[in-house]
Amino acid sequence: MPPGYVPIFIFLGLTILFPVVTLVLARLIRPSAPSFAKLEAYECGIQAASGSRGRYTVRFYIIAILFVIFDVETIFLFPWAVRYKQLGWFGVAEVAVFLAFLVVGYVWAYKKRALEWV
Amino acid sequence: MSLYYTASDHFVLLPAILLALFGCAVLLFDLTALGSPRQRLWLPGLALSGLGFTAVALLRQHMLVAAQGVEISAFRGAMAVDRFALAFNWIFLVAAVLVVLFSYRHLRREGGPDHAGEYLGLVLLAHCGMFFLATSLDLVTLFIGLELMAVCFYVLVGFARDRRSSEAAIKYLLLGAFSSAFLLYGFSLLYGLAGSTRLKDIADAVANQGPGDPVVLLAVVTSAAGALFKVAAVPFHAWAPDAYEGAPTPVTAYLAVGSTAASFAFLARLFVTPLADAREIWDPLLAVIAVATLTIGNLAAVTQSNVKRLLAYSSIGHAGYVLLGLVAGNNTGLNGVAVYLLTYAPMTAGAFLIVAAMRRTARPAAAPLEAVTAAPVAASPRGRSGATVMEAQPELSSPRLEERASADDAVAATAEPAEDVDDFNGLMHRRPGYAIWMLIFLMSLAGIPPTAGFLGKYYIFLSLIEAGRYVLAVIATLYVAVALYYYFRIVRAMFAGEPDPPVGVAENWGTKVALTAAGVLTVGIGLYPEPFLRLVQIAGMR
Repeated sequence: MPPGYVPIFIFLGLTILFPVVTLVLARLIRPSAPSFAKLEAYECGIQAASGSRGRYTVRFYIIAILFVIFDVETIFLFPWAVRYKQLGWFGVAEVAVFLAFLVVGYVWAYKKRALEWV
Repeated sequence: MSLYYTASDHFVLLPAILLALFGCAVLLFDLTALGSPRQRLWLPGLALSGLGFTAVALLRQHMLVAAQGVEISAFRGAMAVDRFALAFNWIFLVAAVLVVLFSYRHLRREGGPDHAGEYLGLVLLAHCGMFFLATSLDLVTLFIGLELMAVCFYVLVGFARDRRSSEAAIKYLLLGAFSSAFLLYGFSLLYGLAGSTRLKDIADAVANQGPGDPVVLLAVVTSAAGALFKVAAVPFHAWAPDAYEGAPTPVTAYLAVGSTAASFAFLARLFVTPLADAREIWDPLLAVIAVATLTIGNLAAVTQSNVKRLLAYSSIGHAGYVLLGLVAGNNTGLNGVAVYLLTYAPMTAGAFLIVAAMRRTARPAAAPLEAVTAAPVAASPRGRSGATVMEAQPELSSPRLEERASADDAVAATAEPAEDVDDFNGLMHRRPGYAIWMLIFLMSLAGIPPTAGFLGKYYIFLSLIEAGRYVLAVIATLYVAVALYYYFRIVRAMFAGEPDPPVGVAENWGTKVALTAAGVLTVGIGLYPEPFLRLVQIAGMR
């Protein structure tokens, strides 16, 4: 076992122990008085109106995919922003190439009307 | 500030740059007026010229490597063009050219857009991913290349958009994502061992740890699981028959040839150099998997009635042979892997392309009814087409190519694909040319001497005998006999079967050029192997 991993295993043990200990302790101490009101959503959003298995339009899926693509784009831009000065014009050129490929996808999605809510 | 992007970096990366640029260009041209159905020659033309430029870039790399006798390293060792990379890149190029040629007008359906731009763009981008699989020496670039290839194939497999195709794509996607997770887990362990993503550093770290180390064992097993999924080796082969059967047939050909070759390049890169010192772990593992792959692939193929499914199982069997080359592990074995994949490319592509061109004609009784409901629906019983199918007739008298092409389109669009072994009944009487090409491809797949397939099998068996693995060699030889049986079921149907209903062939110049190229390569490599063997001589030089 590499010595560097020992703190990780200690941490892992603690994270498993903590919920187990607190839940068991709470169960021993607290009084048991279940009621319907306690099962309802409390400060956790609105009351559910129907089941969550309903069908919904596939357009949400397209929007989600497009969101993921442009979200990932920012993940790649952040490290460049942090090292902007050191990378200089080389970094600018690399990011320009990266964005150019993304723009191809963007133009394609736009032309195919993936961005319209028909 | 030092140079980040040197001339040699550019030289090595150029084929990938060209493929990516032309892939995007095809995608964008499809959106302009040039993409209108009348102008469709533009798109395959553009894709082919992209592949042509790639070939020139590869040729320049090839000449430099051949002249200097050393590899060209780039990006501080993250990529390198050596004989290994070049051999595999030529195989990918052959596969991509054949598929682009063949797909011209092939995916066309009655009504609705045919998405030729997306299709060709994805073919080129998948090729770009394959390039990285063969060329990079770094876990991150390897993984990006694998995913670029795989994501393109997930979409391509579902391209027909009917039920069967969508089901195949979903299965391939889910299992593929699952296997990628395994692969990444293995990669993370390798990185943890070496503290670096370079294959060279990992080789040193594995050598230091020794093969007994549990982390090395876990890393080898999980990376192997991820990589073996892509080549459809046996415990991970379940996706292959469904994906092969459901995908549009030109895509099946590309999947069988390009994707498999690239995945083997990846497997060889990963196992031969960095994990060489963990050989005592993966040698028995791969040997067992190779024998299991041979067994399941060949035995399951015997009972198939659908030709695409039969060829899918047989390609699982072929993956077993290639794995045996890796198991032998000597120079002959490594060369054998490359030779096998090189010969496998034209013959498999050819066989699938013939299946793709076959069309059922209407059964006389069913025709009038079907003609009313012309909308093509998937998974229907036989005899759907109401259109005329071009039979063995001489060249049309009309000199206008466009008319002839649209007649072909009508066949391609409305007639039902003929994919069963029974559909090949009497092909020899109907279209002798196609039957003879198919015979050549099947002979080559079975490994009969005057064709290319013999050469690959010869190298694999030779390497096993040189390595002293006699049991494996005997098992491998026995399965050749099994393979002969199921390939010749198709041959018997073609030459001895009665044509009922007569089968037609949807053809155009792209089909003919692709088939002729595949056939000439299959026979040519078999008859005059010397230059081709030199091309894929990947081991024994370093």
